[in-house]
Amino acid sequence: MPDINHLNDLVVQVRRDILRQVHKVNSGHPGGSLGCTEFLVALYQKIMDRKDSFEMNGNDEDLFFLSNGHISPVFYSVLARSGYFPVEELNTFRLLNTRLQGHPTTHEGLPGIRMASGSLGQGISVSIGAAQTKKLNNDSHLIYTLCGDGELQEGQNWEAIMYASGNNIDNLIVTIDYNKQQIDGSTNAVLPLGNLRAKMEAFDWDVVEISEGNNLEAILKGMEEAKSKTGNGKPVCVLLHTIMGNGVDFMMGTNAWHGKAPNDEQLESALAQNPETLGDY
Amino acid sequence: MKKYIDTGKKDTRSGFGAGLTELGKTNENVVALCADLIGSLKMDDFKKNHPERFFQIGIAEANMIGIAAGMTIGGKIPFTGTFANFSTGRVYDQIRQSVAYSNKNVKICASHAGLTLGEDGATHQILEDIGLMKMLPGMTVINTCDYNQTKAATIAIADFEDPVYLRFGRPKVANFTSENQTFEIGKAIKLQEGTDVTIVATGHLVWEALLAAETLNEQGISAEVINIHTIKPLDSEAIINSVAKTKCVVTAEEHNVLGGLGESIARVLSENQPTPQEFVGTKDTFGESGTPEQLMEKYGLNANAIVKAALKVISRK
Repeated sequence: MPDINHLNDLVVQVRRDILRQVHKVNSGHPGGSLGCTEFLVALYQKIMDRKDSFEMNGNDEDLFFLSNGHISPVFYSVLARSGYFPVEELNTFRLLNTRLQGHPTTHEGLPGIRMASGSLGQGISVSIGAAQTKKLNNDSHLIYTLCGDGELQEGQNWEAIMYASGNNIDNLIVTIDYNKQQIDGSTNAVLPLGNLRAKMEAFDWDVVEISEGNNLEAILKGMEEAKSKTGNGKPVCVLLHTIMGNGVDFMMGTNAWHGKAPNDEQLESALAQNPETLGDY
Repeated sequence: MKKYIDTGKKDTRSGFGAGLTELGKTNENVVALCADLIGSLKMDDFKKNHPERFFQIGIAEANMIGIAAGMTIGGKIPFTGTFANFSTGRVYDQIRQSVAYSNKNVKICASHAGLTLGEDGATHQILEDIGLMKMLPGMTVINTCDYNQTKAATIAIADFEDPVYLRFGRPKVANFTSENQTFEIGKAIKLQEGTDVTIVATGHLVWEALLAAETLNEQGISAEVINIHTIKPLDSEAIINSVAKTKCVVTAEEHNVLGGLGESIARVLSENQPTPQEFVGTKDTFGESGTPEQLMEKYGLNANAIVKAALKVISRK
């Protein structure tokens, strides 16, 4: 198991990967990617019980589904640096004929991806399905899902949220990236989400709140708590309070970098704030 | 002419239910999902016999498609059941991203397609679903003609590892195909040999095409009748071979002529052998309330309409 220093190094390296991917093609979504870097690093390095090799059916291992597919840069970087495909392939992000499409897809056979996502609101439903198959197969492993907070404006989520508690899907941990930003502005300005914790509890989910969602130790502690709540008849929701654009001072806490790449100067500044740790691709 | 016997009117949705019951016994990976229409979809038996493999989703079709897609991960073969309208138009993007683009082995089983849904009217009578589904890359589209064929198709698609849209209907119609047929996906079935006109029909219009061929025969016209149960992938060879002989074609479907079977046939023929064609189908319109027979008469989707179209297309040769 990697220690916390290694995870910190990996976080910094993944940030560099995110910034370099989107800068190269002048497109992509760095803000949400940076905000979820610590979470995905912790998930793949420490939290999930997963196999090193990729097999679509994923029997006898924990599975992860990314619902907010636009944060593909962080997903690709973490998958590559967790050994699913060569890190050099990050060079091909969003280029013609790449396996690293703008939004994740199974279509190009990229190891680590089990479902296309990008059109929002579908990930919780898919995760429920995978969770029910695990139960049918007597596989006691867990399903992890990440979705955006703005994404909860899609109605399908609430169909799925109602279904999951009504059917005791208790091998499922859905994490909401609670950065309170979306592409047009703050969630409060676009369409307020109200009291998310109260909403999830009213739908009969167990809720774990991680107030420092960009702090590795807080994430590890919160996710251990979330894990401990599985198997008790209720689905588990983690409200992960994050800062969009975390780790790059001029990108932090704003929606401005939701879907915008840095220019050359901005990249230089952003990378200077995150010196190379494990080696660039 | 071959003689086809109606062995007693039955609904195609009951053929689906019977097929699912059979699969419950023979394939332990088959799971069934329904959005609050178990009785209408005839899924009661499967639910009763295999409660652990049956999933009542509630009135939440988008969630149903997503759950079905997720269930394939780990090896299950999900069959979703609801009306054709709620199986396609309501959930197009869910099917597009989570099933078709993700290439998940989901069987979307859709009842109450077309006008023959009857009295519920246009809100429920989808006439666009074949078009919607055939445009999705990787989606196989099947529209069966009677109880026996629907049962056989339901069983066959379980062994076919790709997304499938299976379309069937509500009313009791003639049951005339053989009881223990083997269903071959993508293989057209020639029901009548003929030389003057080819009638290519799908779904409920296949029986009407057979009746039309009898009427035409009485007028000295020899009609070839082809049952196209699989609209995609289309058995182009069967169409081209038939039309090479008859030099004209009528297509018949319980669907909008825009986007339906007829346009698929027209594309094949225009690429290979441009041929006069008449289209029996709804003419870019919504349906309305009425009995199935009244509606099929009013919208020109029966044997009479096929006879008229045949006479017209023959005159255009």
